Amino acid sequence: MSNVRSLRRTGKPPRPYLHVPEPKARPGEPADFSTLAIPEAGRQARPAVDASARELRPFAEDLIRVMDGEGRAVGPWDPKLDADTLRRGLRVMMLTRAYDDRMYRAQRQGKTSFYMKCTGEEAVASAQAMALNRADMLFPTYRQQGLLIARDWPLVDMMNQVYSNTQDRLKGRQMPVFYSSAEAGFFSISGNLATQYSQAVGWAMAAAIKGDSRIAAAWIGEGATAEGDFHHALTFASVYRAPVILNVVNNQWAISSFQGIAGGEATTFASRAIGFGIPALRVDGNDFLAVYAVTQWAAERARTHVGPTLIELFTYRAAPHSTSDDPSKYRPAEEARQWPLGDPIARLKQHLISLGQWSEERHVQLESELIEEVRAAGRQAESYGTLDKGPHHSAKTMFEDVFKDMPWNLRRQRQESGV
Amino acid sequence: MPAMTMIQALNSAMDIMLARDPNVVVLGEDVGYFGGVFRCTDGLQKKHGRHRVFDTPIAEAGILGAAVGMSVYGLRPVAEIQFADYIYPAADQLISEAARLRYRSGGEFTAPLTVRAPCGGGIYGGQTHSQSPEGIFTHVCGLKTVIPSNPYDAKGLLISAIEDDDPVIFFEPKRLYNGPFDGHHDKPTLPWAKHPQGEVPADYYTVPLGKAAIARPGSAATVIAYGAMVHVALAAVEESGIDAEVIDLRTLIPVDIDAIVASVEKTGRCVIVHEATRTSGFGAELSALVQEHCFYHLEAPIERVTGYDTPYPHALEWDYFPGPARVTEALRRVTEAM
Ligand SMILES: Cc1ncc(C[n+]2csc(CCOP(=O)(O)OP(=O)(O)O)c2C)c(N)n1
Ligand SMILES: [Mg+2]
Repeated sequence: MSNVRSLRRTGKPPRPYLHVPEPKARPGEPADFSTLAIPEAGRQARPAVDASARELRPFAEDLIRVMDGEGRAVGPWDPKLDADTLRRGLRVMMLTRAYDDRMYRAQRQGKTSFYMKCTGEEAVASAQAMALNRADMLFPTYRQQGLLIARDWPLVDMMNQVYSNTQDRLKGRQMPVFYSSAEAGFFSISGNLATQYSQAVGWAMAAAIKGDSRIAAAWIGEGATAEGDFHHALTFASVYRAPVILNVVNNQWAISSFQGIAGGEATTFASRAIGFGIPALRVDGNDFLAVYAVTQWAAERARTHVGPTLIELFTYRAAPHSTSDDPSKYRPAEEARQWPLGDPIARLKQHLISLGQWSEERHVQLESELIEEVRAAGRQAESYGTLDKGPHHSAKTMFEDVFKDMPWNLRRQRQESGV
Repeated sequence: MPAMTMIQALNSAMDIMLARDPNVVVLGEDVGYFGGVFRCTDGLQKKHGRHRVFDTPIAEAGILGAAVGMSVYGLRPVAEIQFADYIYPAADQLISEAARLRYRSGGEFTAPLTVRAPCGGGIYGGQTHSQSPEGIFTHVCGLKTVIPSNPYDAKGLLISAIEDDDPVIFFEPKRLYNGPFDGHHDKPTLPWAKHPQGEVPADYYTVPLGKAAIARPGSAATVIAYGAMVHVALAAVEESGIDAEVIDLRTLIPVDIDAIVASVEKTGRCVIVHEATRTSGFGAELSALVQEHCFYHLEAPIERVTGYDTPYPHALEWDYFPGPARVTEALRRVTEAM
């Protein structure tokens, strides 16, 4: 009972107590999404990118949606993509899922130490990478492998990293999925949450200093928005009107903590931006078209020097947090399947079919083609080694890249190690 | 006596203290309903209530800032930092605030909090799930630093840490959670149930802070170690046949100088072992202390066996880890020196 109600009823304030948020349902209970407010698709206005802060404010609480229940694109946010682009989006999402499935299994087979899937969240990275320019700089988390896939980065190279094998460009130093690719404009993933967020703002400030038209985009999980770096990023982005897109992927869970523990009970994550004077859009993160459209909008704002945008991508982490996690210990098993915003791949597929640009048969065929593509890449990567069986980079490489030039102590330690 | 893993022993310590002292609270990322990613707080929320054992936002600076505030109120917070590698965002609250509060307020305000954090490598955690940052915190005045090497000590030391009136940072070698790992990664690790130090009383007891233990008596040399390296050192002693004494420091700050001096004066030879990187590590402090206190008893240069001065690599983890072979070599060098 709320304090106010109790006060009214009894005339006495209740004993103070600590409020600790709890999700609606725990294991053994039915999934409960009854309080989720999901507005109808197509209802949200599409403001000008230079609209006033006051005009943009309601978007932080709304949910921009384009695809309706029948898979039709409706309303002003429809990005009106041609069929080839739509099919490419579908392909990127499906390839990401096929890749995840194989690498997850590879970990289970002992070929590597760890893996993280983005199942159910594929629209985020796929649509956003496609809506940005290839030269824009990406500061992702570990759950945006789809960015690399959307930028046509070779799967074999990603697998080499996951296997820490002889062809791993990171020389086996990083845990699986902590990719890095300067060539793909994909910043080196850190294990320390949130650090990339203020770095992305710094990169964008540098681009502005240099009169460069490229922009930066950063991603963060809703859980990690509690870190100081999130707030530093928003402050700096606001002060310098940095050409950056700040994405919050609200997949409802941060390992075992539901989004209420990150502060999602009282307000939306998008609303965080308002206090910093940054406009925010909240979007159905499983709606490829809506994600594409809001990213385009935010990119235009950044590129035309209007300023930064925060995007909250409302989605659901259908997979376990990682191969080390067991979600059946903290959330109902049914939750993922009952997520009211559905599955991003199924929804884009339905859209394409409703346009007469896709069919069940083509879908099944593409699925098996992609599985074969991933399998072939897997065979090639495994020929360069796996974590369990090797080969790896030689132990000598361990002492390299600590500094540009190796100081005496490291040279001595390398010698003593006998490698 | 029940057999406990280190996880169960730590859980038991918190359980007992939550029951004994209404001012004890347990907080951290995923520690509530789920019971922690390493299961150390399993069942505690259910038993003691959500207002005593609860999840926090992912904000280490927030966790320790709040813990300082709670302890100023009079609580005894036990805060978990999910991995020692993630303690850096909280460095300011720990170093500038918790550690110096007693001093700067003339004893008016204190921060009797405990920070628990799993440390060390050996789980293919790469550079952000393997670090041993104790040397950063031993350099801070006003912080006690504890690292247990077995379930019995872990429980008794954690209870002492919670009862201590100063802030304590309590590093848990995660590779020891389930057994006395001795660096032989290619062999199965004995479970704690088969090890005498896995026998842990179910009830309250303490192991005092600031007191080292002799893990193995000996006369040919002294090995000073703590955490997982105690078991590595014991393996090296056994494999080398060198009759070395192995000191398990248990508490780094305040360090048990008497135990160190007594042993080195007896053996005249000293090997210092830690998993953390070498340069400016706690081993440097130990080496200086031995030199200052035992110079005229030393018969060989002091040796340090440590992690290399590089980040912890993922695939090459076992090339990095200072295993028994490296300790054995150092023991040979100090005992063969004239
Ligand atoms: C500074 C820091 N603290 C804690 C962790 C441990 N950790 C890794 S992922 C994670 C949950 C992150 O959740 P969220 O930000 O929502 O991202 P998601 O995994 O849902 O994509 C935690 C607590 C970490 N990696 N870094
Ligand atoms: Mg999340």
